[in-house]
Amino acid sequence: MAGLSTLAKTSDRAFPFAAELMGVLSIAALGMLGFLLFPDDLAFLTRLIGITLLVLSLDLVTGYCGVATLGHAALFGVSAYAVGNACIGGIREPILLLGVGIIAGTIMGAISGALITRFRGLPQLVLSIAIGQLVAALANKLSSVTGGSDGLSGITPDPVLGLFRFDMYSRTAFTFSLIVLAVVFVLLLRFVRSPFGLLCRGIRDDDLRAQMIGATVYPRLVIMYAVSGAVAGVGGALNAMTAGVVGLDSVSFERSAEVLVMLVLGGAGNLWGALFGSVVFQIFEHIVSATNPFHWMTLVGLLLIAIVLFAPRGLSHGVAVLWPKIFKRGGRA
Amino acid sequence: MPAARLEVAGLSAGYGPTQIVQNITFDVPAGGRLAILGRNGVGKTTLLATLMGLSTRHAGSVRIGDVELTRRRTSARALAGVGYVPQSRDVFASLTVEENLATGLKGRSRAALAEAYEMFPRLGERRRHLGGQLSGGEQQMLSMARTMLGQPSLLLLDEPLEGLAPVICDELMSMITRLAGSGDVTVVLVEQQIERALDFADRVLILERGREVWSGAPDALRADRALIERLLGVGIH
Repeated sequence: MAGLSTLAKTSDRAFPFAAELMGVLSIAALGMLGFLLFPDDLAFLTRLIGITLLVLSLDLVTGYCGVATLGHAALFGVSAYAVGNACIGGIREPILLLGVGIIAGTIMGAISGALITRFRGLPQLVLSIAIGQLVAALANKLSSVTGGSDGLSGITPDPVLGLFRFDMYSRTAFTFSLIVLAVVFVLLLRFVRSPFGLLCRGIRDDDLRAQMIGATVYPRLVIMYAVSGAVAGVGGALNAMTAGVVGLDSVSFERSAEVLVMLVLGGAGNLWGALFGSVVFQIFEHIVSATNPFHWMTLVGLLLIAIVLFAPRGLSHGVAVLWPKIFKRGGRA
Repeated sequence: MPAARLEVAGLSAGYGPTQIVQNITFDVPAGGRLAILGRNGVGKTTLLATLMGLSTRHAGSVRIGDVELTRRRTSARALAGVGYVPQSRDVFASLTVEENLATGLKGRSRAALAEAYEMFPRLGERRRHLGGQLSGGEQQMLSMARTMLGQPSLLLLDEPLEGLAPVICDELMSMITRLAGSGDVTVVLVEQQIERALDFADRVLILERGREVWSGAPDALRADRALIERLLGVGIH
């Protein structure tokens, strides 16, 4: 995984198509590894994929545009509720439901972005929390739409392409989610390398410089937020379809904070970092919480402190720095 | 975009309420080359920043060709054809040379990047390097190449030679002269290296305490050493 991440990071800039191929191969390899390591827990891996899409979505605005947000779960949760309601209302085709999630996420992203990106620094962060809390409060109050604290249940999508039924072992859910993740990841690799994506990174570096070469900052950030909403919407849709229920946790502050931690852990401003951070954090949390149910939060906290101390720019950057040194040492030996 | 005439009328500007340049009026014909000279702190950089919409305008107007720029934002001025290469060399440190150049394409295809590498072959050799890893001269080349990829009709250069080795200065000045010589762009150059600026320009404007105190042909200024000594505080050979 580390090797793939490093290789991909290098090739990402040198050989664009190699990066995309590497993306598909890495996700396929991770999926196969997950299938072998957790054959009886594919539901966990499926949930992991949904959250990974949310982390990738957060990376677009936080890592690539420098927007501080602690309310990103709102985009994910609103899409999940929209998909849940659509499914209960009669739209059961999984691909169509993905479309519903994308539309809901895009709209929510555009609205959030239009408000949040008007500000900078602490006001921006506070506004993002306020939007997240507002959505969470609405989700709790509008129980006729969201199921309130009981959650929205009864989400039973049709078989994928009319052929593959969502089974109780989550094989279909996992495979479907993995394919969707691979497609979204490749599209995002291409998107962040486009002049639009590059200018967003330029805005993060110095928005005045970006304006001097003709970039309009605010509309660009709102568009990026809408794209981020679409990606979060895919995650929310998968979550609703594969779990069959949408709970208040999907719009919670804890979810927003957790995905930010995963992004920082992996390395913000790098899609590979977001992927890496999400997978490592969730698997670590899953294993530790199962083996030590009383102190697992302490262990997760210690992991985060270690990462911040020894790899402050995230695991992906740490690996990218260490890999050539290890490789060189190995070569000499 | 073809070269455009620059018209500045009664321009007063500064930062917030502080006025730094006062009542400046000049124009540069399409394809012309104006050098703005003066001692440190007389308002040369503020004047260019004002043309780019980066400071507070108190009075006056700015126009390129038929386009009134006075109330336009910085990004709108860039889209209207103003290219600005600031003193601070505005490269994006976290992007590679190629990515930096791609941000300046303004809708052109990536094939246009070849123009930048032709302009500065050194950038081609460094295309995978991050902007922050380049030397000062390379950053200046990158900044200029990126601006030129946007095909500006007016190019504002703020002390492009500052802090660079003489050989790099020669390379850059030769490129700037070639660009201006093509007639495709109007150039306004602020420069402390007086002789190089006089060699380049077809007209000179001298500022003192934010005001225009002299304007004319480079040869007229060259011929008056006492004036150069008095207004610029340097001698030339």
